[in-house]
Amino acid sequence: MNGSLTLAVELAWWQQTGIRALVGLLAVLLPAGTLVYLFLFKMMSFMQSRLGPMEAGPYGSLQLLAEVGKFLQKEDIFPRKADRWVFMAAPFVVLISTFLLVLVIPAGPDAWFIDVDTGIFFALAVSSISVIGILMAGWASSSKYSLLGALRAAGQLVAYELPLVLAVMGVVIQAGTLNVQDIVMAQATGEIFGWGGIGNPFILTQFLGFAIFLIAVQAELTQPPFDMPVAESELVTGYLTEYSGLRFLLFFIAEFATAGIFSALASTLFLGGWYVPGLDPTSNLFNVLGPAILLGKVILVAFLIFWFRFTYPRFREDQLQQLAWKVLIPLSLVNIVVTGILKVVF
Amino acid sequence: MSVLAALEGMDRLSGGEVLIAQNVAFGVLALAMVAAALRMVTTRNVVHAALYLVVVLAGVAGMFILLGAEFVGVTQVLVYIGAIVVLFLFGIMLTKGSFGEDDGVTGERRLVAGLVGLLVFGVMAAALVESFEDAELSRSGPSTTAELADSIFSDYIVPFEAVSVLLLAALIGAIVVARRD
Repeated sequence: MNGSLTLAVELAWWQQTGIRALVGLLAVLLPAGTLVYLFLFKMMSFMQSRLGPMEAGPYGSLQLLAEVGKFLQKEDIFPRKADRWVFMAAPFVVLISTFLLVLVIPAGPDAWFIDVDTGIFFALAVSSISVIGILMAGWASSSKYSLLGALRAAGQLVAYELPLVLAVMGVVIQAGTLNVQDIVMAQATGEIFGWGGIGNPFILTQFLGFAIFLIAVQAELTQPPFDMPVAESELVTGYLTEYSGLRFLLFFIAEFATAGIFSALASTLFLGGWYVPGLDPTSNLFNVLGPAILLGKVILVAFLIFWFRFTYPRFREDQLQQLAWKVLIPLSLVNIVVTGILKVVF
Repeated sequence: MSVLAALEGMDRLSGGEVLIAQNVAFGVLALAMVAAALRMVTTRNVVHAALYLVVVLAGVAGMFILLGAEFVGVTQVLVYIGAIVVLFLFGIMLTKGSFGEDDGVTGERRLVAGLVGLLVFGVMAAALVESFEDAELSRSGPSTTAELADSIFSDYIVPFEAVSVLLLAALIGAIVVARRD
């Protein structure tokens, strides 16, 4: 994906950038589509003793394309009192956040989009931009359900951003770097008490961080059991209520793409990213195998996320805030202190 | 000063190299920021003002990245866009029920606000010119996060801790003010 991949041809800057943009689009849409089909269509159906989509393509595998076609045909509706510009811009603000997030995830020793020094810090910063898009959507719809949904969403996203950031800190302390590629390398070349057979995936030492990260991700995605912002029995669909057709589709894609990217971040930080034990982490083979390995780990982590989504009932608003402020944040602070002490001792 | 050099159309930084891409990026960012800042103070809709502020702050983050201060730029996004503007919007939406134009915003304190703005501009411009004069921006590439962390926790440890205590005091103060009992 970049010049150092010793290709036979030397690519110009604009060619490299063009390839990166295309691959970035693919890296956002492919996991999103995979997650929607595998989990939302099929796993949820099987858990509820039904078949799910079966008509379009073998086992309903083309259902996604049919859905996209359906959304594209629908009328583009604006509420009469809506603030047109803000209403139109809101889904794109959320999408921008998603596209910036995918940039930091490496898929091989040379297969990355941008090699930023601030790495994971950059990812957490751009993930907070989506809150603005959600508030814009809720306010511009000029509907009480949308506004209430957006306010609940903002309160929840701000509250759960803290445990998300603090859970990552343990990994950063252990790896000694913010750079995502270096974190993968630290896991690939790490040793467990002198034994380097499987590297040192941080899930072993940072299991608490992994658990807090996944819970916070669940809340950031406003999925059940943290779906107060879109609680359909109270708020129709919260800030999405007034959106239809293509604009609704953009929000939908952003939600599942973000689910995929957060799963990729979790696999990169805690499960070793594109690395599998047994091969040399600098070998060129990983530039080809890496994306597939990463996608496999993404499906594994996303399975956990969606399993929770389809299993647990909704939290009440006060329980939801208490969980963040009184349980997750203190726990993650303890995790940071313990990790810091152990880092100094060993 | 890099900013003035960019305005002149060419950076004459060591060796007469002209940084075209940086200058174009600076121009685009600066235009967008000035336009958004003007709209922010002239619009009568409070929510629109907050959204224009997002554009200005994003431009500031872009400026920091142009200057090679990556960590500061990312922090700008996380703290100002991700937290402070969200709190602004949150506060506006919680307290104000109406949509559309807000009759309450008339700009009656325009004169005072303009004076304060001029004063802040004067102080900051004087401080910048005074401390940098005609020093040239170093071409040593972007500063790494590790260097930044080292200098904060060694050379600047006392100011850093002082700011931390100040923020903690503000936090406790806010809780004391907000509690009724």
